[in-house]
This record gives sequence, structure tokens and C-alpha cells, in this order.
Amino acid sequence: MSDVTRAEVCAVACAELFRDNGEILASAFGTIPAIGARLARHTFSPDLLLTDGEAHFVRGTWAVGEPAEGVVEAWSPFRGIFDLVWNGKRHVIMIPVQIDAQGNVNISALGDHDRPTVQLVGVRGAPGNSVHHPTSYWAPKHSTRVFVPAVDMVAGVGNDSAAKGGSAARRFHDLRRVVTNLAVLDFQPGSGAMRLVSVHPGVTVEEVQEATGFPLVVEGEVPETRLPTDEELTLIREVIDPRGLRDREVPA
Amino acid sequence: MTEAEVVGRLRSGMTIGIGGWASRRKPMSLVREILRSDLKDLTVVSYGGPDVGLLCAAGKVRKLIFGFVTLDSVPLDPHFRAARQNGTVEVAEYDEGMLQWGLYAAALRLPFLPTRAGLGSDVMTVNPDLRLVADPYGSDEELLAVPAIPLDAALVHLNRADAAGNAQFLGPDPYFDDMFCMAAEHAYVSCERIVPTEELTASAHPATVVVRRLFVDGVVEAPNGAHFTSCAPDYGVDKAFQREYAAAGKSAGAWADFHAKYLAGDESSYQRAVAREQEKESA
Repeated sequence: MSDVTRAEVCAVACAELFRDNGEILASAFGTIPAIGARLARHTFSPDLLLTDGEAHFVRGTWAVGEPAEGVVEAWSPFRGIFDLVWNGKRHVIMIPVQIDAQGNVNISALGDHDRPTVQLVGVRGAPGNSVHHPTSYWAPKHSTRVFVPAVDMVAGVGNDSAAKGGSAARRFHDLRRVVTNLAVLDFQPGSGAMRLVSVHPGVTVEEVQEATGFPLVVEGEVPETRLPTDEELTLIREVIDPRGLRDREVPA
Repeated sequence: MTEAEVVGRLRSGMTIGIGGWASRRKPMSLVREILRSDLKDLTVVSYGGPDVGLLCAAGKVRKLIFGFVTLDSVPLDPHFRAARQNGTVEVAEYDEGMLQWGLYAAALRLPFLPTRAGLGSDVMTVNPDLRLVADPYGSDEELLAVPAIPLDAALVHLNRADAAGNAQFLGPDPYFDDMFCMAAEHAYVSCERIVPTEELTASAHPATVVVRRLFVDGVVEAPNGAHFTSCAPDYGVDKAFQREYAAAGKSAGAWADFHAKYLAGDESSYQRAVAREQEKESA
């Protein structure tokens, strides 16, 4: 299919984050990660658990932006989610306001923490998430404003920060991948530095590097991010996102 | 009790915990009563929503102990944002799980509880008083000792309560309301309706009665008291009102108009103004 959109490539790249994750809670912030999590469960990762955004685990596949239609399989109030985070059976996709080469992420405030130039939402669960269970990120606008040399406040713990945080911080720290509107990235073993995994069709390595405020690790020939299968495209377009909310997050 | 009687028991400088979560089941009629009072220099502990925003707008907050402040469908609260950017509120910013742990430690009369949450992050840097504790059982792990957050008072809003203070959530999530009450020297429950005790469990499981009277000092019947936050299943977030609130927070003039329209009078005049607005919306 030649009419595949960038948003659809991103949704599949997010789904791929949950491949072979087993029976865990998949938590996804943002429209495209939410599409990805539902797509993954509907196809290649059927054991995943998903919440209705309130306090239930729900089976089934429902549209983004709509109430969860499906069978409630368990209760999961916030206190239960906190326990689950610390237990570790969860993989989260969060949205960084700033992210650096080591995967440190800021969602708290820009500028000096004592008196920020821009107050954001706060660290939320990012410190706990990132030291307890697999953590990935979704950046719908890959740019040097987001991909910065140093974040103003470490909310999500990056590789160097985990190393400095002692064995208790390192033990379950597990940064996986960063999916953006341009590319898929991970972290090089050893150095912990952000590495280009694939570029989305139509994007060059140079474009990704130019949109990134620090040097990326590039090893050899960088492949293209895979295209959705016909089944995946049908699911995205007809079942999971019939209203096309994905195009608002990543315009065609 | 009435809202005014509850707020009459609070003092400037107190540490006050506010239950609910973001734009969900906040004890807003009690918060509005604080706005009308001469209380100041409060330390507020909250899974923050418009409770924090309104108290900041009224200059009531000296310090906020928090993990986030959000209105859910509106990502950021304008007044909290302004208070931070103007440097008028001090903060202890914690991971949201650390906040639970601090309240739980206070509830159990422990000095701290250990966790990994916060390690390696700038939560450690911006809260230089935080300390580590070595595993006494011999692993090489050093954990973050979250200090207890004892509260002078807790304010929570639930769907139903009996007159003695047993209080029930009928929505999807108890949030941490029971823990706020246990962590507090004095706890006050507002509720949609005070009912006879036997009615609490007539059709609902006893597990929904999460707040128990031995941790409660007073009950206020406050119908629509969580407005404009949600109190499912009694009502949802008043999204139109929340948009009006968020937009009004962006300029002093707009806020003065909003204040005059909704907040200048007592709780019944607030509720009448809300009802008028809702009639206009549905017309």
C-alpha cells in the first residue's frame, strides 16, 4: 500500500515496543502509542493488559477517543497501579518535553526549578516508572527543542543517572526505545547513548540528526522502519482509529 | 458540620492534605470555604487538580507537596503555573508513589518508608533533605527513605457517608482518601449525601466504605460539593466550567470577572451560578 501515512508507521513502531513483552500492563500516553498498544494486543501480543484510563483492566479492542468497550477483567485503582509499577510487570510509553542522549527525560518544569520559566505538569510517576520497569518514550515532534544536550530536570531516569543512582536505581532500570515522528531510536549497550535504529520511510539519517540536539550513535546502514501490514492498516483505520485522531498528532 | 465549621477549625500555617486525584472527587466546597477565610501560609499535600490552582490563586499556599498538578482534560492549571513562575509558592516535588509512601508512613506512625522511586532523578537534587537508607539485611542496595508526611488536617469528598464519618466511594477509584484521613491529626469528610449507616451497604459491597469513622472528625453534607471536578457516578467533570476556569486564569481581568461571577458569594450562590450556567449550556 503506497498510501500509508507517517502516523500509521509510527503507530506500528509503537506496537512493536510491546512485541514479546508477555503478560504485562501496557501503559501508553498519547494517541499513537494508545493505537500501538491496542494493535499489539489485537495481533502479536495478545497477553497484554490494558486499562480503560480509569480503574479497570479491560479486554477487547476499542477505538481511541471513545469509552472502553469490552469485558472488565480486573479492578485497578491508582493504588493498585502504583503497586504494579513497583512490582515491575508494566511497560510504559511516556511523552518527554525534553530528552537527552542518555534518555533522561523532563516533564516537570523548564528553567530553574526554584522559579521555572515554564511550569509543566510535575514529575508525576516518571521517576518511579523509569527505575522499576521497562520504559519507552514517544516524541510526536522530533526537534532540537525536545532532543536537548541536557534536560532541565531529570524526571524520567536516564542511563547515566541510573548508574550514578546506585545499585537500587540500576537494578530494574530498563530504558527500551524512543519512537518519534521521524525515527525509532534505542540506547547503545555500554555507552548508554541514544542510537538510531531505523528511519521512517521518506526520512533521511541527516534529517533525524539535524532535528536532534546531540550526536546520535549511527552504526552502519540504517534501515527503514517497517510498514504496516494490510491487516494492521485495516485495524488502525476501521477499528482502532476510525476518526483519524492519529493525524492530529502526526499530520500527514 | 458545615463547611464554615470545618474551616473554622483550621489554622494558618497548617499542613492540609486534600483527597481525590487531579480533576476527580476533590472536596471543592471545603476548598471554596478556605478561599473565603483568612487562612494563609498553608502547606498543601495533594494529587493536585483545581484545588491547588484555586488555593494558589487566592494566595493561601506557602508550600505544596506534590507529584503533579493537572486538570486531566486540560493538562495544566493556570494558577499553579503562575504561582510557580512568579516564585510565590515553595514546593517539595515528589514522584507520585513517593507521595503515597509519605502519607502511608504518617498513617502507620513510621518515620519513613523505603522505595526505589526517586533514586537517580532530580527529585533527590531539588529536595536535598531526602536521605538514603541501606538495606539492613545485607544486599548492597541503598533505598530512598521517604519521610512521613503527617497532616494537621485532611479534607476529602466521597459519594456517601453516615453521620458518624463512615464514608463510601461509589465511583471507579477510592484514590488515597482513606490514607489522607489516617495520616491526619483531624480529618473532615464532605459527601454528596449523608445516609443512615445501613444504607451504605444495602446495595454496595462493604469494601466501598473506605473511610472509617475512627479516622474522621466531622462530616459535611455537600451536594455537588466536588464541582467542577467529577464525583462519579453522581456526576462527571463539568468540562465547560473547567474550560471557563482555565481560560479565566490566563489574565487578571478575566479572573476578576470569574471570581465575581462564581466565587464572591457563599456556597449556595456558587451553586446557583453554576446551575444558571448549566441551564444556558443545555438551552
